[in-house]
Amino acid sequence: MKELLIILIGSALVNNVVLSQFLGLCPFFGVSKSINTAAGMGGAIIFVITLSSFVTSLIYEFILVPTNLEYLQTIVFILVIAALVQFVEMFLKKSMPSLYQSLGVYLPLITTNCAVLGVALLNVQESYNVLQGTVNGFATAVGFTLSIVLMASLREKIQYNDIPKSFQGFPIVLITAGLMAIAFFGFSGLI
Amino acid sequence: MKADTPVERLVNGIIKENPTFVLVLGMCPTLAVTTSAINGIGMGLTTTAILALSNLMISMLRNFIPDKVRIPAYIVVVASFVTIVQFLLEAYIPSLYASLGIYIPLIVVNCIILGRAEAYASKHKPVASLFDGIGMGLGFTLSITCIGAIRELIGAGQIFGFQLLPLADAANGVAGYEPITIFVLAPGAFFVLSALAAIQNKFKLGAAKRHIDPSEGCRCGEGCSACGNTACSGKKGDKA
Repeated sequence: MKELLIILIGSALVNNVVLSQFLGLCPFFGVSKSINTAAGMGGAIIFVITLSSFVTSLIYEFILVPTNLEYLQTIVFILVIAALVQFVEMFLKKSMPSLYQSLGVYLPLITTNCAVLGVALLNVQESYNVLQGTVNGFATAVGFTLSIVLMASLREKIQYNDIPKSFQGFPIVLITAGLMAIAFFGFSGLI
Repeated sequence: MKADTPVERLVNGIIKENPTFVLVLGMCPTLAVTTSAINGIGMGLTTTAILALSNLMISMLRNFIPDKVRIPAYIVVVASFVTIVQFLLEAYIPSLYASLGIYIPLIVVNCIILGRAEAYASKHKPVASLFDGIGMGLGFTLSITCIGAIRELIGAGQIFGFQLLPLADAANGVAGYEPITIFVLAPGAFFVLSALAAIQNKFKLGAAKRHIDPSEGCRCGEGCSACGNTACSGKKGDKA
């Protein structure tokens, strides 16, 4: 139990997926213009990463390892993730239309979010079992949601600030992200 | 310059549509592996090899892949090449393999590769696509090597592992350069890229009327899959 708690805190705060591992930067910069969309993206990511790290851990442990096909992990994982996202989308559309409405736009974008594949690969690299892998996936996604929501709220404020012309747009967002990354260093004493 | 000739494709990839600074694609490796110039070059050349091979392959297969399943098909092609290159690196350049780590398999989801496959290779002949891949790859290599060199210089006083600025040694009272370590850590990546983007904005402000504002232009941020689905790269790329 303690071990799981360490994974949870470590992946969500200390090794934040966006700010210290540089995974999932695309949605982090692209979908962080308002808090609502950022939270929507975060919700979709939590859902998909938790599910995909569970499924990829299962596949790795019970199919790839027994058949000595570990070297196929990259290909298998990306296909599983793509299929899973598609499946989740169809499932939600059919059975939970309201949730689908709120996540709808973001779901297809997730396939090529490198955080999803990154977590699956990290789980293998750290040789986590299925439970640890799932917890790690969930924690990583929570860390992602935390940072994207923080980023969105900062960007909403930045809009009203007087920024030098050449720093408007992308550069100031990068600087904000850099400052957030420094702030997240503060968590490194937690574990 | 005539469109779709090898030279035109190379120039286009390196300068006119530089994937990092103009198209703003593939941000994750750009920020993650540029702790030193040598890592930047390693990552860049690895990506170049995969980009060129997958462009060539996808271009040759472009008349066979059904339109509806083209994205999964591209992903499989790219993932196969990534796996091959990963093994080659592990066998022949283990030090690079160790320092790039998880970012090698993650080349699969690099938007540059899917973006070029969709925007260029799926519509053009194999040779032009091959050179498009090489040009884009070299443009990427050039930019991330620059970023890596800047970070290495400020953060450690070195370039390519060579000590350019003599370090200060407080114990012996030797004056010298005090490395700003934060530039080789995560936040430094954001700061350096931000400064480079700001410089680029400065140059572009004059031409802003003719071009799309770079800060609002195509960004991988609009969703990597959007790049894969031509929405992004298709807009600026593939005018040829």
